[in-house]
Amino acid sequence: MSLLEIRNLSVTFDTASGPFRAVDGVDVSVDAREILSIVGESGSGKSVSMLALMGLLPDTATVTADMMRFDGRDLLTMTKRQKRSVIGRDIAMIFQEPMSSLNPCFTVEFQISEMLRRHTDLDRSARRKRAIELMEAVGIPSPEKRLGTFPHQLSGGMSQRVMIAMATSCRPKLLIADEPTTALDVTIQAQILDLLKDLCADNDMALVLITHDMGVVAQMADRVQVQYAGQKVEEQQVRPLFADPHHPYTAALLSALPERATARGHLPSIRGVVPGQFDRPPGCLFEPRCSFAVESCRRGAERQGPDLGYALCNRPLINGVPADERVADAQVKA
Amino acid sequence: MSDLLKATGLTKHYEVRKGMFGAPDVVKALNGVSFSLEPAKTLAVVGESGCGKSTLARLVTMIEEPTEGELIIDGRPAKAGDKHLRQTVQIVFQNPYGSLNPRQKVGAILEEPLKVNLPDDAKTRRKKAEAMMERVGLRPEHYDRYPHMFSGGQRQRIAIARALMLNPKILVLDEPVSALDLSIQAQVLNLLIDLQQEFGLAYMFISHDLSVVKHIADDVMVMYLGRSIEKGSGDHVFDDPRHPYTQALMSATPIADPNQRRQRVKLEGELPSPLNIPSGCAFHPRCPIAEPFCSQEKPELREVAGRLVACHLA
Repeated sequence: MSLLEIRNLSVTFDTASGPFRAVDGVDVSVDAREILSIVGESGSGKSVSMLALMGLLPDTATVTADMMRFDGRDLLTMTKRQKRSVIGRDIAMIFQEPMSSLNPCFTVEFQISEMLRRHTDLDRSARRKRAIELMEAVGIPSPEKRLGTFPHQLSGGMSQRVMIAMATSCRPKLLIADEPTTALDVTIQAQILDLLKDLCADNDMALVLITHDMGVVAQMADRVQVQYAGQKVEEQQVRPLFADPHHPYTAALLSALPERATARGHLPSIRGVVPGQFDRPPGCLFEPRCSFAVESCRRGAERQGPDLGYALCNRPLINGVPADERVADAQVKA
Repeated sequence: MSDLLKATGLTKHYEVRKGMFGAPDVVKALNGVSFSLEPAKTLAVVGESGCGKSTLARLVTMIEEPTEGELIIDGRPAKAGDKHLRQTVQIVFQNPYGSLNPRQKVGAILEEPLKVNLPDDAKTRRKKAEAMMERVGLRPEHYDRYPHMFSGGQRQRIAIARALMLNPKILVLDEPVSALDLSIQAQVLNLLIDLQQEFGLAYMFISHDLSVVKHIADDVMVMYLGRSIEKGSGDHVFDDPRHPYTQALMSATPIADPNQRRQRVKLEGELPSPLNIPSGCAFHPRCPIAEPFCSQEKPELREVAGRLVACHLA
């Protein structure tokens, strides 16, 4: 059974100009010790769906789901008090901007041991010992000396390490990392990604990695979920996804990568922009930008089965060609 | 071929005070960087934050003057007040949300450089603005809109159009696509490639994203703590990096191919502060192949396998 299972999650924000659906019927499941990557551009609802799980959305957001289970417990029917013992301890989250996620008024030690004070019954000296242990585990040099430092004295990479130490302090079963390396330099990014991978292996932890960087996905993920404008458009294991994407959006996204370009010169780009609150297409949300769209796409998109990556598409691609065209070709040849 | 821009030994030091009574300290942001730009070619400047690449952009655009070194643009020594040179070099910034005035309409944004620099009347200005909008893929009705009504990619198009209004010869692009989504990034890169061909522009392309650089650059200059440590044609540097830092940078960049999860050249530690640059080779404390004498002798750029490398051991 999966560690985390969410079905049909929707999040709607009440805005001054009417309701806006940021997440639209998304399913997420994560197995124990698995690294799931959620990829998408801005506005794809990848962060919002995880914030909804953590209960970190503002009051203007309405969250609905058919099912939200973590480790055999139902998060939907839980009281707030019960939920607090799960969130933060068994599910922890780290964010994009480590500098602004730490409280500037408190020392590193205070912020790491705050988690321990809240969720464990360790005494003061045991907490301090554990804090040092954690800082060592995330690769902070001379942790005893760093205990008393304030966030502004740390670099971006070090702040992210402190965030990871805080998040993993109670040995969570699931860590959600929301663009953990976007604000960091590449050499530091490589260090942090390696660290996250090692922590998962050492602590039997599952990881949900939210990112927009296909390179990071390829290096880290076991399984990938692609989101577009609040919907899940494809889900596959990482290798088949890069080898044979079934949704036209995934395919277009991969071919827009500069490093996949065969020669210099023009990159294959996706025309248009992600739809916003007021210009949502009536049918398939990707239809206006899709180069394979047909008439039926304007009415809606069909969810395909597991062999086609659960692609939300009427004409899923197989090796870059829509499935129905392949059938037609085969008939012509026959 | 004559160089459009030639920089020799550019150096920029900033003085900072530590508290009210502390002795002033010197931030060595840039230490003797030399390079040149040719028409219709792209020089990519690559490095981590704090390596001096943005300082370099500020010097080339004459926003600041170098502490030492010589900068010749279009055959004339660069001076802050030179109007002709100001028209020759223009810049596009990283964040299109911050670099456009939210209270100006697109038309006013595009016409401002003309108003300041040229004697054109209102009608000509409008004509030029509309022509440029069409060129960068904006529609004529966008003339009367405000920046907040545009998406990131379109705003970057406005910023590029504004930079091109004075027909510059050199365009400094300071991380022009790193704030954009992947699908939009490709659109903007394509636009930049087209514009370069059409106007014969020399690009100084500052970026930390090596996959973008590899795609667009003719020449690459890798910087570390205010010095250029490897410089050469893109093919040379990317296919066979010789400086250990370049090698580490390349292997740290994730490749979008799950079948190639490679062993990284691991770099320990972080970039030292430019207030306190290590002696000898600035890279030696983090270098995987450093020898004892690397901490004493400063390596100069020398030719190795068709490109310049500043390393004793390359």
